[in-house]
Amino acid sequence: MTLTATAGTPAPPSRVGPASLRRRRTLGLAACVVGVLLAVVASLAFGARVVGWDDVVAGVLHPDTSDIAQAAVRSRVARTVLGLLVGAALGLGGAVLQGLTRNPLADPALLGISSGASLAVVLGIMLLGLSTLTQYVWFAFAGATIAALLVYAIGSLGREGATPLKLALAGAATTAALGSGVSMVLLSRTDVLDTFRFWQVGSLGRASFAELAQVAPFLVVGAVLAVGCARGMDALALGDDVAVGLGQHVTAVRAVGALAAVLLCGTAVAAAGPIGFVGLVVPHLARTFTGPSHRWLLPVSAALGAALLLAADVVGRVVARPQEVEVGIVTAVLGAPVFIAIIRRHKVREL
Amino acid sequence: MTAVLPAAPAAGVVAHGRRARARRYRTVLAVLALAVVAVAVVALCVGERSYAPSEVLRVLLGEQVVGASFNVGVLRAPRVLTGLLVGVAFGTGGVVFQTMLRNPLASPDIIGVSAGSSAAAVVAITAFGLSGAALSLVAITAGLAVAAVIYALSWRDGVQGARLVLIGIAVGAMLDSVIGYALTRAGVYDANEALRWLTGSLNSAFWPGVGPLAAALGVLVPTLLVLARRLPVLQLGDDVAAGLGVRPDRSRLALLLVAVAVIAVATSAAGPIAFVAFLSGPIAHRLLRGTGSLVVPAGLVGALLVLTADLVGQHLLVHRFPVGVVTGVLGAPYLLWLLARTNRSGGSL
Repeated sequence: MTLTATAGTPAPPSRVGPASLRRRRTLGLAACVVGVLLAVVASLAFGARVVGWDDVVAGVLHPDTSDIAQAAVRSRVARTVLGLLVGAALGLGGAVLQGLTRNPLADPALLGISSGASLAVVLGIMLLGLSTLTQYVWFAFAGATIAALLVYAIGSLGREGATPLKLALAGAATTAALGSGVSMVLLSRTDVLDTFRFWQVGSLGRASFAELAQVAPFLVVGAVLAVGCARGMDALALGDDVAVGLGQHVTAVRAVGALAAVLLCGTAVAAAGPIGFVGLVVPHLARTFTGPSHRWLLPVSAALGAALLLAADVVGRVVARPQEVEVGIVTAVLGAPVFIAIIRRHKVREL
Repeated sequence: MTAVLPAAPAAGVVAHGRRARARRYRTVLAVLALAVVAVAVVALCVGERSYAPSEVLRVLLGEQVVGASFNVGVLRAPRVLTGLLVGVAFGTGGVVFQTMLRNPLASPDIIGVSAGSSAAAVVAITAFGLSGAALSLVAITAGLAVAAVIYALSWRDGVQGARLVLIGIAVGAMLDSVIGYALTRAGVYDANEALRWLTGSLNSAFWPGVGPLAAALGVLVPTLLVLARRLPVLQLGDDVAAGLGVRPDRSRLALLLVAVAVIAVATSAAGPIAFVAFLSGPIAHRLLRGTGSLVVPAGLVGALLVLTADLVGQHLLVHRFPVGVVTGVLGAPYLLWLLARTNRSGGSL
């Protein structure tokens, strides 16, 4: 018995009958929707500036830009939408990564994918003077792809293939290597450092509507591809041989899924910087009420990711008033304990 | 294991082999020590204004030499001395961790112990304006606390190296984000300085800091060396160790405490210089091919790594880079290679 139990194989039928599973899924989905709505309201209402509820409503519906309170609310709208998009992308990307690699420890930041994107973006800024998000995005994709391939190549050497333990270690090593590269670039260019140190921790603070329009298409394509291979990932969870027996094209599912993960995670990094642990934690939470079926898991992970990231962003805005704590820091502090709990639940040999 | 052992060799061959190994051990130690001294001398001589070794020697003997007294005596000497001390500390502390936990990845810089010291140091500096001995004390306490937390979290019918490493990585990620937070709160011109807490640097090594560092390590490193004599016995397993008169739990705890303290003191002085603790032990092992204790050679390798990387970062590259960036860029590929190699051979980490 390996860790695939949590990553995808069906739960023991004795515990979950079809009727109760359907009820649990419906309730879970409803809870997610409510969670997203609450997070959106909180994100609009709370920030560095304390704003009255009528100003919140007015700021969203027909802002009077001469009113500071309403202008503040208005500026939170773009941030809120970006938080929803990035959170959904990370949740979905994490679920796809965990499904593809049958690895409960998969997370774009822990597997080195985010730092690959970071290094590529920083190199682009330094060598080619990139300045717009659309330019960042392509570099982020390239960096994410190369890092993902490297980590997978190193992690899958050996007889047992890519075990979660080997992938996690290869990811940590790659992150450290790429991080040194990023420091090297930054220390030689103080001007880049000053913008980058805020980007490096993961932040939604610089969101604008123009940027949203630039990243949305990539995320939509990534999401469509991810949902498209949901059935294939269900089959993969049963093992490659069974998947082939069920008529799935294993290599095609892996390739499309990997493309979706790189699109989702790379775009998220380009737009908000590397944000860890969301992609790790969300699918685990989602699985507790969706069961292993990816057709349920993927949309619920997207919704849960959006709600969690937005909630973390609100927490970061409120705890250190009048300053704010970047969302990537909040997710690391809250997410690491969950990661530790996941490790403690399993025997090391199974990792 | 027994199956692959060759037939017992004649007594003379054994004695000959033992002598050859002892000779190799002494030779490697001597070469390493000479290399450290040589690099230290180069580091003292070379700079924007270079001086002859004779001039450097006169400065070290206390004579006044125009120019050199300031450049070498005030700027370079404390930097070299600090590099030497923290290098020895990272090397010895790291190899004790790796040997005791039987996992090359279980070095304090990989599992978040250094990150704990450096996060505490950053907070102590930025929020409370601490420096000197108080700062070291905060860093040691934090290092010990983080090590204790990681150890306790990894406990499940005993501590397994792989679980400890993974949990350490998670704790390290959390602490790095605390350092990242401090970084974003630093002023623009402080950010460069603050970055040293992420990678490690000798840029703020001056005479006032050398005294406390030397005093603390002067007590801790010899203690570690004495305690480390029990390592080979502990390697034989708890029952055998107890039979040989070593209390395994108590010895392990003492070793861990002192090793963490050594690492934390060094971190409070120069930041978590990336990968030195991780690399020194395996490099020493490679040089010695399994003859004798690794602790002293690893300390020398650590000093050599730090001094050489600092020289490279200061003079050989287009820009000046702190030592930790150089060791990070060199060390990370080695880490990947180590993973690839152990994965391919199917060995456990």
